[in-house]
Amino acid sequence: MGGTRRGFLKAAMTTAGAAATGVIHAQGPVRDLGHEHQAAPSDFALRVKSLESLLVDKGLVDRAALDALIDTMEHKVGPRNGGRVVARAWIDPGYKKRLLENAPVAIAELGYTSGQGEHMVVVENGPKVHNLVVCTLCSCYPWPVLGLPPVWYKSAPYRSRAVIDPRGILREFGMSLSNDVEIRVWDSTAELRYLVLPERPPGTDAMTEEQLASLVTRDAMIGVAKVTVPPVGGTP
Amino acid sequence: MNGVHDMGGQHGMGPVEYEKDEPVFHAPWEGRVYALTRAMRAWRKWNLDTDRHGIEILPPADYLRMSYYERWFVRLVAQVVQYGLVSKEEMESGRPDPASPKATPAFTLATSSRWFTRGIPSSDEPTVRPLFKVGQRVRAKNINPSGHTRLPRYARGRTGVIVRDHGVYTFPDTNAHFQGEKRQHVYSVRFAARELWGADASSRDSVYLDLWDDYIERT
Repeated sequence: MGGTRRGFLKAAMTTAGAAATGVIHAQGPVRDLGHEHQAAPSDFALRVKSLESLLVDKGLVDRAALDALIDTMEHKVGPRNGGRVVARAWIDPGYKKRLLENAPVAIAELGYTSGQGEHMVVVENGPKVHNLVVCTLCSCYPWPVLGLPPVWYKSAPYRSRAVIDPRGILREFGMSLSNDVEIRVWDSTAELRYLVLPERPPGTDAMTEEQLASLVTRDAMIGVAKVTVPPVGGTP
Repeated sequence: MNGVHDMGGQHGMGPVEYEKDEPVFHAPWEGRVYALTRAMRAWRKWNLDTDRHGIEILPPADYLRMSYYERWFVRLVAQVVQYGLVSKEEMESGRPDPASPKATPAFTLATSSRWFTRGIPSSDEPTVRPLFKVGQRVRAKNINPSGHTRLPRYARGRTGVIVRDHGVYTFPDTNAHFQGEKRQHVYSVRFAARELWGADASSRDSVYLDLWDDYIERT
């Protein structure tokens, strides 16, 4: 309905105008502070729909291509890719060497070549070194190997404190590092994208590459967790 | 710009809110905003640095209140009007101007593989000489540009050591404002936590930032 579309986009324009001028108070949807991941009010979904319809009607975007973009992010890239990179590095010292020296080329060997991973750096954890990745300015993240970042990674609490209080951040994630462990925080201020190569957990010598890859979590590759082996017969 | 987006070192933002088994998108509209943003960038009316700046200029209270993809949506509405892809009247009515010819999408399934793989250009550019070298002590300049910059406030005026030369990249401070790519070297610079945060910080810890030639100076 034309009237509906008009109303929703006009509201968006008001917010956009505020963004452009910084003067008008925005009329975005009301939400609880600190609950960034909660669903926005339904009228926001309608505003997005209105914009998409307008851009489609003008021939500026193609719906099938939009669907493909979403499908790629939901199903084709994600931490499973990163897990395979890590597992390969654990079992193949030659691969690990290439990965640490020239990450984009080594990652491309496994077929992961999409955008936001053109310039990758892999940093290795060890008994006395722990790496932590953040983007204090926005949300930079290695898409081809980790997918899109989780909300907490993009949010103020993590971005503000990862650089000034990494030990406090790690404690919130349940990791207490002893004082003799050196913490290296990587603030992704340029086009370099960082992936943490976690330590291989003990007791995994008999595991296949695939089994190892399944142990590697997104959080471990950001540096807010260690890789662990789930106890046999543990909770499903 | 010294905006609210430059969050490194700020206090009072609360605990990290962790969501178990988080979906890629929390609602279908988030995915649509993501896809629309990427597809519209293919028109090349703006660049990645313009995009980042488009979020930074949100009024601080709105920036903090909005969710990530709400910010993206508001930016996209502003951009398509500002860069002339949609007229203000069309945005207000929600209908195309009948007098304007229908375009052919820049981002289609046929061209998508190119857009998926082509992004940041190669950093291998031997004709651009580095101004600094690995091992050198450098100071992050004390600059406060009102436009886009990728030099966070918490590092300005602080001294660190170059640990790696990443090669040549487009300079965001000019590129965001269409004032040229100003290609130059970017280095990984290690700053001791105590240099950044004072004596209470751990003597072992450090923060690494990727800094362009124009952000640093000799000590």
